[in-house]
Amino acid sequence: MSLNEFLSNPNLLPWLVPVGPLLAFFIIMLLTNRARLIPATSPEYGGHHPDYEGMLVPVVSEGSRLVSVLVGLLGILTAWLISLRVVGDAFSVAHLGATVRNSTIPWLATGSTSFNMGVLVDPLTTIMLVMVPLACTMIFIYSIGYMAHDPRQSRFFALISLFAGAMLTLVVADNLLLLFVGWEVMGLCSYLLIGFWYEKESAYKAAIKAFTTTRVADVIMLLGIAYLYAETGTLSFRDILYNEEVLQHLATTPALLLGGAGLTAAGLIGIFLIIGTIGKSAQFPLHVWLPDAMEGPTPVSAMIHAAAMVSAGIYAVIRMYPLFEAGGSPHAGLFTSPLLLLSIVGAFTAIFAATIAVAQNDVKRVLAYSTISQLGFMMAALGIGAYIAAAFHLITHAFFKALLFMASGSVIHGMEHGEHHVHEHAHDDDQYALPGHAPMTLPAHSADGHGHDSHTDTADHVPEPHTEHGHHFDPQDMLNMGGLRKTMPVTFITFLVGGLSLAGFPLLTAGFWSKDEILADAYYGLSHGFGPHALVFVLLALAAFLTAFYTMRQLGLTFMGEPRTPEAAHADLGQGLVSFTMTLPLVILAFFAIVAGFVGVPPEFPLFGAIFSPEHNPFHHFVIYTLLPEMQAEAPPFNWFPVLTSFVVALGGLGLGYLVYWRKPLVAGEPDPLVAFLGPLHPVLKNKYYVDELYARVFIAPSKAFARVASEVIDRGLIDGTLHLIARVATWIGDLFKVLNVWLIDGVGDSIPELVALFGAWFRRIQTGRIQQYLLLVALAAILIALIFAASSGMLVQAAP
Amino acid sequence: MVPLWAYLLVAAALFCLGMYGVLSRRNAVAVLMGIELMLNAVNINLVAFWRYLEAQTMNGQAFVAFIFVVAAAEAAVGLAIVISIYRNRRSVVIEDVDIMKW
Repeated sequence: MSLNEFLSNPNLLPWLVPVGPLLAFFIIMLLTNRARLIPATSPEYGGHHPDYEGMLVPVVSEGSRLVSVLVGLLGILTAWLISLRVVGDAFSVAHLGATVRNSTIPWLATGSTSFNMGVLVDPLTTIMLVMVPLACTMIFIYSIGYMAHDPRQSRFFALISLFAGAMLTLVVADNLLLLFVGWEVMGLCSYLLIGFWYEKESAYKAAIKAFTTTRVADVIMLLGIAYLYAETGTLSFRDILYNEEVLQHLATTPALLLGGAGLTAAGLIGIFLIIGTIGKSAQFPLHVWLPDAMEGPTPVSAMIHAAAMVSAGIYAVIRMYPLFEAGGSPHAGLFTSPLLLLSIVGAFTAIFAATIAVAQNDVKRVLAYSTISQLGFMMAALGIGAYIAAAFHLITHAFFKALLFMASGSVIHGMEHGEHHVHEHAHDDDQYALPGHAPMTLPAHSADGHGHDSHTDTADHVPEPHTEHGHHFDPQDMLNMGGLRKTMPVTFITFLVGGLSLAGFPLLTAGFWSKDEILADAYYGLSHGFGPHALVFVLLALAAFLTAFYTMRQLGLTFMGEPRTPEAAHADLGQGLVSFTMTLPLVILAFFAIVAGFVGVPPEFPLFGAIFSPEHNPFHHFVIYTLLPEMQAEAPPFNWFPVLTSFVVALGGLGLGYLVYWRKPLVAGEPDPLVAFLGPLHPVLKNKYYVDELYARVFIAPSKAFARVASEVIDRGLIDGTLHLIARVATWIGDLFKVLNVWLIDGVGDSIPELVALFGAWFRRIQTGRIQQYLLLVALAAILIALIFAASSGMLVQAAP
Repeated sequence: MVPLWAYLLVAAALFCLGMYGVLSRRNAVAVLMGIELMLNAVNINLVAFWRYLEAQTMNGQAFVAFIFVVAAAEAAVGLAIVISIYRNRRSVVIEDVDIMKW
């Protein structure tokens, strides 16, 4: 089939969506990533000082860097353009959902049937294809500037291309296995990218943590996939989820485990799949990896938190939702076990993570916990059957969270810029000097082989410095910031837009509309007296309040007031391409963080409904056809109560934050008022409820202890002992054989030639070299022969008489 | 007429004399001379047997003629070797020429 055929056939076109980034990955990895290894101490190297002795670090040439960036950008742009074409085509299809764009190939023949791999474009895929390539493209553009001075930019673009390619594969997949493939490749990419600065011990540890945590969940998810395949004989989304019979069958078959207790096959599969998502989307209790994932470069954080990884988890549960609902009906108060699990885990995570986010001081960690919290919103929404609301929040969240992460990356970048500035002018302006940042300590730091001092250009610096080596300045700590609105105005405005959207600032922002829809759905169930709806409504409203509060706290601490450190006073993005590529995506995403909400306005909403949804809610109307007609729930009737709740929690949280952190910003050295207010609760929140410590004690310490036992007793004692014994016996037998060999076989073998040689030495004496002796012997021999001849022939006998 | 055994006796005595010379003389030329004696003893045998037993045919005399030729050639070659040895070793003592040994 020619490329033209792929481009012209709308059923085949989705195959091409992930091709661009995947190709870019291979091209960069195999061809353009020409790195050479140099010692980390070399002045050529501008990255992190390694935490390990004698480590060699790869450095790429400028040409390789440029080509790699271009290839990566070209790959994602191709994917974006093809996605736009797929999306355009999808919008033109009448009744998309009942009819879909679908193409499969037989991939694995299994007896009489065959397992098909393919692509599928239905309404849910379409909205993902609007969001994912756009967000990815923005992240790529942002990375050009953000990673401009990293010695491994080529590698970064290769990995992030693979990441994007895997996400797009997952989105266009038409079956659970292909989805799982994309899912796992993303797991790998997140591992590689979180540990991108592997010279930092904390980064590589975070990478391992992320990988192992998600692995726990993935294994269980794979169980669910295997069970689903065993039960239905297919993994195709359309065959299972758009098929009343199969769903009915799954909902009535008792499960393998706990089947007697009323758990159905659909229920057990659903629980397995949801556990997979709990790991991937960082829900309680497997949320621990996501905050640590901040160790990666900031564009990666944006990728993981917005465009790909965690969205993939939510996408998977939204995709598999009909399976979870099978046998129940949340809109009628009938909850299946997967739905209960979703709503409880989601609602709990939303409030749990929001409370942690309140007490964090790291600008990225606040966002990390807010991501966990917002993903909890989506899980909870799905749990109460608010399918559309969950999908809607997924899209809007992706936009504003990508924006927030990249804006926070700009802030960090700016702070490092300021830090660099302060290093160079350490003696010029010490009016900002604080006890912890005394200028006289800075030259000492500059001499310790740190990468920064090798640069002469002020725009030339690395994104995030290490925090060790006797240097205490943390460019990510919000308490070190303040007043950045003056030096970084674009970042400030876009951060503000993203923050307000996250907080759900009423009417104007995307976050408001999607959160409002979740609350409206929850309230509708609450008004009918359904327990899970009530739980979700109350917890999410509280979480939304906290979200608004910590967003305002973050904005106030970062941008308002006067700079609290000399670094903050000099924080800016500089000029030129770096600055441009880092602000352009912010502006574009800020646009979407506002307008993306207007596609899902309830029609009955005063004024806004009339403007944006004259006939029906466009988003709802489009996406609902992903489901079977029997499952397509009506949007809840408009009610003032949830809307007012949204208003109150968003404005209340924002207002409280405004009063505490914005109107009267913190000055240098002043403690966070939250510490006094929360009292003994503050350390608990700041330390994330000690979940990491709990896991360290409950899981990591015992497994380490077990590993030690296994290593010392079983491995070294038992297995090694047995092996050593076998080896010793074998050696002993070998020695025995060796003696036998030397003594007997060599003895016989050597003796024969020795005897021959001995005889020869004796016998050669006959050869005297004296001719007369020879002749004498010849004569004697002749006489002897003659006598014998004569005697035997009877001559003598005849002659005798 | 002289009987056959008388010729054979002379020939045998001559052969023994020749062999004694070959085996006992130290001078290489004398050894060669001994060989000539042995050859001539054989010649006497051949001629005597021819004359007494096969007088009609000429085969005995023909054999003897061949032996004369071979003996002459042998004497020429042998003396040449002896001269050569003498030039190399300044000696015609046969016991000195014993390098072909262990």
